[in-house]
Amino acid sequence: MAKHEYAFYPGCSSQKGASASNYLTSVESMCKTLDVKLTEIPDWNCCGASIGYAEAGELPRHVMNARNFALSEQHMPGKEIVATCAACWLGARETRERLTHSDTLMADTKEALKEAGLTINEMPEIRHMVEVLIEDIGFDEMKKHVKKPLEGVKIAGYVGCQTNRPFGVAGESFENPMYLDMMVDMVGATPIPEYDMKVTCCGGALAFSEPEKAQAQIKDIIESAYDHGAEMIVTPCPLCQANVEIYQGQINKTYGTKFNIPVMYYSQLMVVAYGGSAKDAALNGQLIRARRLEEIAAK
Amino acid sequence: MSANTAMAEKYRNSFLKEIEEQVEMGDWVKMCMQCGVCSGSCPTNFQSAWEHPPQELFMMIRAGKREEVLTTSSMWNCTSCYNCIVRCPRKLPITHIMHGIAEYAHRLGLAPKMQPTRFFSGLFWKNATQTGRVNELKLSMGLYFRNGFSAGVKEGMKMKDVALGLMKAKRLNPFEILGGHKCRDQKGIQAMLKKAYEIERSRKAAKMAG
Ligand code: SF4
Ligand code: SF4
Repeated sequence: MAKHEYAFYPGCSSQKGASASNYLTSVESMCKTLDVKLTEIPDWNCCGASIGYAEAGELPRHVMNARNFALSEQHMPGKEIVATCAACWLGARETRERLTHSDTLMADTKEALKEAGLTINEMPEIRHMVEVLIEDIGFDEMKKHVKKPLEGVKIAGYVGCQTNRPFGVAGESFENPMYLDMMVDMVGATPIPEYDMKVTCCGGALAFSEPEKAQAQIKDIIESAYDHGAEMIVTPCPLCQANVEIYQGQINKTYGTKFNIPVMYYSQLMVVAYGGSAKDAALNGQLIRARRLEEIAAK
Repeated sequence: MSANTAMAEKYRNSFLKEIEEQVEMGDWVKMCMQCGVCSGSCPTNFQSAWEHPPQELFMMIRAGKREEVLTTSSMWNCTSCYNCIVRCPRKLPITHIMHGIAEYAHRLGLAPKMQPTRFFSGLFWKNATQTGRVNELKLSMGLYFRNGFSAGVKEGMKMKDVALGLMKAKRLNPFEILGGHKCRDQKGIQAMLKKAYEIERSRKAAKMAG
């Protein structure tokens, strides 16, 4: 039996061939090292994300998350649900909170769930993967597995919005959370605690619908990373990762900048530091390759 | 009578009451003390994208400016960053109220027709609920081709490098267009959502009648 077992909610962006598939690959390999067992919730559905709001209304949105809770309870009663995506985690936690605080909403949700032959008896705990790492595993244990410290690599910890607000990681401040810098330090790289864009919004879904507005924000996030001497950016959120990485070419065209900075997931840093291969860390999943990490992984 | 006229008639004397009863978290609006922290914390408002930032919208609701509030494109600029929520001294769930007002304006058919985030929001929800999971390729194609075929090709071309890069990194699968990821129990999901919409509609109608 693994040391830590959870019900796993991967979310749409982590599926094979989707925008955060590199995140999932590296998480799987990281979990193997840390003896964490994630069992996917069978037939899970989309969390609804924040952006569905115009059509979703209130109840349908919560019902979507509730279906995942019900499936998790049916197949893995009592297990906590772990999400890797910030938006999935946030959406599920929001639903958990609302249903817990409103008997009417809970009753309505159950009535709708019945149509799919499901029910909820107990509210599951909803955890983000970084909470599991920090709270259940701990920095000491995480550090023990480091075989190849990422020495001399300067990394800006970009926390973004949704892993940080409104819930955040326990004990951290909304304005200046430190856990990501501590993780950078844990893998032996050099963190930049004074990186002043660490909780700035990447534009979220506006990157699709109104790219100019989102890209103006992304530009500030990258510029500040360069200003602080970072050679890569790390983040715990799939949308932050995609938004900050993939539009750099377009931003360069608009603003005359020369951005070309890799944007990684914390799990990728950990896999490389744990001695994993470039493939285990899904380094081939970057649009902007992280050469320094590829070198370390190849050593 | 259109949904909008019915609502306007029913709540003739109080737009605040209308918002309280018909908008998600709308009953919080009266708690706002007009400090302006939300507007000063809002990333898209920094770019002057909001005609009326949140604080102003709350004041306008109390002043009964129904038409202006429901037709503005302001709240569609919300990125769900939750900065306002964690800073508001009165603990208003501002993000949700913004989404709620937007949803209500959309429901009544008053939201600006060509508002791109309105379009994307609807597209996303349909995409996600149709099969139970998001199909990222169809989602982006649907967005680029919203103004017809040639405009779509042009917008798609702008994104060509991004798309090719993602495909190379195996993070965008062109075969998703043929179907792609989905849930097994799509029937159950449809039935459950249908029920949820029914319940939500009847609850809102009951409030209106009550
Ligand atoms: S921060 Fe809160 S109290 Fe202040 S203006 Fe905004 S909503 Fe009102
Ligand atoms: S959650 Fe929306 S309204 Fe609030 S600060 Fe962020 S973008 Fe502005």
